[in-house]
Amino acid sequence: MEMLLFTIFACAACGGALAVVLSQNVVRMAFYLVISLGSTAGLFFMLDADFVGATQLLIYVGGTVVLLIFGVMLTASGPFLTIKSSPGDMVQAILVGALFLGMVVVTVLQVDWEGNAVKLEGQYGASSLERPGYNQRGEGHTTRRIGAALLGARFDKDLGKQSGQLSTGYLLPFEVVSVHLLVVLIGAAYLARAKRRVRVPSGS
Amino acid sequence: MMPVLATETISDFLSDEWGWSHIVALAGAAIAHVALIGAFFGLPAFAGIWAERKVSGRIQDRLGPTRTGGRFGWLQSLADGVKLLQKEDLWPNAADAMLFRVAPYIVVIASVAAFMFLPFSDGWVAVSLDVGLFLALAILSLEVLGIILAGYSSGSKWSLFGGMREAAQMVSYEVPLGLTAVIPVVLAGSMNLDEIGRMQEGWFWNWFIFHDPFTMIAFFVFFTVTLASNKRAPFDLAEAESELVGGFHTEYSGFRWSLFFLAEYASMYFVSALGVILFLGGWWTGIAPIDNFFRTNDTWVVNYLGNVLGFAVLLIKASKLVFLQIWIRWTLPRLRIDQVMTTCLKYLVPISCFLFLGAVTWSMLLPGRSAFGTKSSLGARAVETATVDRSPGHGLEIVATPIGTAEEGAR
Repeated sequence: MEMLLFTIFACAACGGALAVVLSQNVVRMAFYLVISLGSTAGLFFMLDADFVGATQLLIYVGGTVVLLIFGVMLTASGPFLTIKSSPGDMVQAILVGALFLGMVVVTVLQVDWEGNAVKLEGQYGASSLERPGYNQRGEGHTTRRIGAALLGARFDKDLGKQSGQLSTGYLLPFEVVSVHLLVVLIGAAYLARAKRRVRVPSGS
Repeated sequence: MMPVLATETISDFLSDEWGWSHIVALAGAAIAHVALIGAFFGLPAFAGIWAERKVSGRIQDRLGPTRTGGRFGWLQSLADGVKLLQKEDLWPNAADAMLFRVAPYIVVIASVAAFMFLPFSDGWVAVSLDVGLFLALAILSLEVLGIILAGYSSGSKWSLFGGMREAAQMVSYEVPLGLTAVIPVVLAGSMNLDEIGRMQEGWFWNWFIFHDPFTMIAFFVFFTVTLASNKRAPFDLAEAESELVGGFHTEYSGFRWSLFFLAEYASMYFVSALGVILFLGGWWTGIAPIDNFFRTNDTWVVNYLGNVLGFAVLLIKASKLVFLQIWIRWTLPRLRIDQVMTTCLKYLVPISCFLFLGAVTWSMLLPGRSAFGTKSSLGARAVETATVDRSPGHGLEIVATPIGTAEEGAR
C-alpha cells in the first residue's frame, strides 16, 4: 500500500518536473509545477511530516504558483508565452543538471541507512514514540516538535535528560526571519503605494 | 454494529472484527471515508442550490421552484443536474484545451479534500491532525488556482478578467482569513479542529464567539472574509453576470460548468462549518446538561446518540450560516473591484490585526477567563484534556518546565 502510493507520488513528482522542462508554454509549465510540488507534498504526508507537507501546499502550490500564474497572465502575450531554448542553453542546462544529479546520487549513496536507522531508534524509540497508547499519526508528532523547537525547547532531545547541556532550539532564527518578513512586507507596501505628486489644497 | 464504537478507527474495526487483512482493511476504510466525504460534497450542494432558488424567490417576492418533486420543488437541483449532464461538452478554438478541461477538476479536488479535516462530531473526523486548520486553509486556497487556470485557458476576455479579479481578491483576502482563524487557535492552544471544538464544551458562553469582545468581532470579520473567499455576493466579482457575462466560467458548459457550482456550494458549506467549529461551539448544543448526559453515560448507545446529536447540531448551525450567505447575496448590491480591494486591505486587514492583538492580550492578561467570567474550565481543564490525556507526558512538561531544569537536576 505504502509502496503503491509512494510510486504514484514519486512518478507524478518526477513526471511533473520533466514536463516543466520539456513543455514550452509558460502557463502549462506552471500547471506541471503544481503537479510536481503537490506530489512532493504528498510524499511529505506519507512520511508523517504533516507540517512540512501543509507548508509545501500553502507556500509553493497555493502561494508561489498562484503568483507565478498571475504574473504570467499580466505580462505574457504572444511571443513571450512560448519559450524555446537555444541548443547552447540546452547543453548548459543539461551539464548543470547532470552535475547536480551526480552530487545528489553520490550523497545519497554515502549515507549509512542501516546504521542511522539503529541510531534513530536508540534516540527516539524508547522515549516517546513507543509509549503505550501513543498514537503517532494522531498526535502529529512532527508538528509539536517543530513548534517547540521554534520556541527554543528541543524536547525531542532533552526529554528524560537528567543533567548536562540542553540542546539549542531555533528561537533566534525564527525571530530573525519574522522581522525580515515584516521588513519585506513594509517595503512591498511602500513600493506598491501610489506615488501621487499632486498636492491636495487644504480647506477647499 | 456495536464493535464500531469499541475500536478507534474503521480500519481497526475491519481488520479486528471482520478479519480482513491489514491492507484490505486500510483500503476499505479509505473507501468508506471517501464515500462519506463525497456525500458531504454533493448533498450540501444539492440542498444549497435549492435553497438559493427558494430564498432568492422569496426575497424577490416570488415563489421559486414549486413543482419539481411534488411539493416545494425540492428535486429542482436534481432536475438541474440532469439538464446539465445532457448538454454538449465543448471548448472554444482559442482555448488551451488541456488546461481548460483540467481546471474544473482542480477546483473540485480542492473543495472535496478540505472536508477531510472537518470534524462532524466529537471524534468524527476523517483525518485528525495537529495542523488540521492550517492544512484545511492551505487546500482550500488551491481552489483559486483552478479558477485562475479556467479564466486564463478559456481564450476569452471575459474569462481572463474574471480570473484576474478572482486572483487579486483571493490573494488579498487570505490575509484577514488567516489572521481571524488564528484567534480561536490562540484560545484553544491547538490547530487541531477536533481539539478546538472540544474546548467549547458546556454552556453556550463557552463558545469562542462569546469568549471576549475581540473574538465576537472576529467571527463577523471571519464570516465576511469567507464570503469573499467563496466569491459570493457582494464579492462575486469573478463572475459578475452584468459586466462579464459569466466571468471565469463564461466558456464552460454542461458537466464541467456544473462542477464549478458544486464546488462553490460545497465550499460555502465547508467555510460555514469551519466558522461553526472555530467560533460557534462546533457540535455542542450549548446547553451543558444535554451534552453532559450524552457524554458521561456509560452505555455505548447513548454515547453514539450523543455523537449523532452533535452531528445534527453542527449541520443545523452550518446550514444557518449558509442561509445567511444566501440572504446576503440577494440583499446587497455587488461592490466594484476597487471597493473590494479597499474593503480588504484598508479595513479588514487592520481590523483583524487589531483583533488578533486584542485577543492575544486578553488571554495573556486574563488566562482562561471569558468575558462572562463565569467559567474556569477553559484554562486549566482544557489544557489538561488536550495534552495530558491524549499524549501522556508529551505536552505539558514542555509548557511547565523552565529552561534551567536540567542544570537544577544536576545540582
